[in-house]
Amino acid sequence: MPLKRLLTRRWMKIPVFVLCLVPVLLLGWKALHHGLGANPIEFITHATGDWTLRFLAIVLAVSPLRRILGLPELIRFRRMLGLFAFFYGCLHFTTYLWLDKFFDFSEMAKDVWKRPFITMGFLGFMAMAPLALTSTAGWIRRLGGRRWQMLHRLVYVSACAGVVHYYWLVKSDVRKPLLYGAIVLMLLGERIFAALRKPAAGGVRGARVAVLK
Amino acid sequence: MFATAILLRASAAGLGINPRACVFYNWEYMLVKKEGGIPYSEVTPKAAYLNRRKFLATVPLAGAALFGTRAWAAAKLAAVKGPFSSDEKPTPFEDVSTYNNFYEFGTGKDEPAKNAGRLKTSPWSIHVEGAVAKPKVFDLDTVMKLAPLEERIYRHRCVEAWSIVVPWIGFPLNALIKAVEPTAKAKFVAFQSLYDFKYMLSDRQAGVSFPYVEGLRMDEAMHPLALLCFGMYGQVLPNQDGAPVRLVVPWKYGFKSIKSIVKIKFVDKEPPTTWNLSNAHEYGFYSNVNPTVDHPRWSQASERRLGEFGKRKTLMFNGYGDQVASLYAGMDLRKNY
Repeated sequence: MPLKRLLTRRWMKIPVFVLCLVPVLLLGWKALHHGLGANPIEFITHATGDWTLRFLAIVLAVSPLRRILGLPELIRFRRMLGLFAFFYGCLHFTTYLWLDKFFDFSEMAKDVWKRPFITMGFLGFMAMAPLALTSTAGWIRRLGGRRWQMLHRLVYVSACAGVVHYYWLVKSDVRKPLLYGAIVLMLLGERIFAALRKPAAGGVRGARVAVLK
Repeated sequence: MFATAILLRASAAGLGINPRACVFYNWEYMLVKKEGGIPYSEVTPKAAYLNRRKFLATVPLAGAALFGTRAWAAAKLAAVKGPFSSDEKPTPFEDVSTYNNFYEFGTGKDEPAKNAGRLKTSPWSIHVEGAVAKPKVFDLDTVMKLAPLEERIYRHRCVEAWSIVVPWIGFPLNALIKAVEPTAKAKFVAFQSLYDFKYMLSDRQAGVSFPYVEGLRMDEAMHPLALLCFGMYGQVLPNQDGAPVRLVVPWKYGFKSIKSIVKIKFVDKEPPTTWNLSNAHEYGFYSNVNPTVDHPRWSQASERRLGEFGKRKTLMFNGYGDQVASLYAGMDLRKNY
């Protein structure tokens, strides 16, 4: 299958990388051409937040797509996509810290403590940080595959916190946060479904029965 | 000229901007040229004219093109200078007419400017009823003749912690109130916006119930600062800013300044208000601008004036304390938020 072969090509990471940069480049272009509307800071905050959630959904889609499409090769792009989720998360957080709080850390601490939607966003962002840090092959080796995988399940926390953060932020129109929520739930649901269908790793049949109970 | 249009269209499409908006703009430009000899300055308000010049330099902006066409269609509205005007610099018309909360036409800030064109503002009538000696159905022209139109430059503070400065055109709401002679039973005034499900969002989509309703206490409604507003920036209100008639209550959060009014009713009890019905915990009946009482989800201590990078401190009653603080003497504004 040509797609399968294409996905294993070394250079394939380059177009994916460039594609992932498009949202931030577009934002930069708009910023230079007065395209951010009447409230540019709000526009940037919302755009970077949106893209953080989108990349979290994209990276969560990698494993389901590998199973459904029979394309295990997709794993090659997962780290990059995850790091891009963190990258957009960093931009979003920096926008908040700089353009909303003007680096007043005590104000930020108060915000995180007092306002549940900020608490959620902060939690989601913080959960991503150790994953970005331990994303290298060296860290997988140091932690051991199993423990590394356990740690990286934090991405579920991050995605859920992100959706709740968005849901709690909007004033009344919850259509978009609910859409993100539905997508994340579907992607997490597929994992449960897949785990139930397949005997646990190592082929212990008893494990499957236990799960079903 | 044709080649320019094609080029514009292509560049707009390449940038992910609806090319029709640009082409439309360009067509209009060509039409004006063809008619020949009429300078922009003669037919368009000056601010809009200057803005159009700017757009010629930075054409591929859907919002800008849209505004261009809207400014073109807008009719001038003459007014005398009124009292209470701020000497602060008005926010650009372009910002005030493209960054709106008008949930009937979409919950994104840019959506009302795109969708409110469907609003039919003529003919327009306002039903004034309830506890009054002279209930009446006014048509818009009759209402506009009740008092001389004044231009008043007010600060406008949204509950979402952004603010603008707008040269509104209208007259004190109390002129209309006096005309219908409220009875002793009239303790509150209730307002209602136009609602037409055929071209507006549903309750479910917007997350609030329509028609939009608002209310004021009688003494608030009679206050000379409360404006019945028909225009801004020297012209009639753009649809997205609440055409053809809206309220402007500058010491309260923006959502109190109800848009596109079709009904005014004098009542003896505090009337329901849309955002309070949607979330009573966050939006009270009074909703006076108050930096010391936070919205449960964000601080109200400061605000971002559109066009400014930093934030400013929010003023009590939005800076109109000298005029209105006495209305609330003895009231706990923490409880009556």
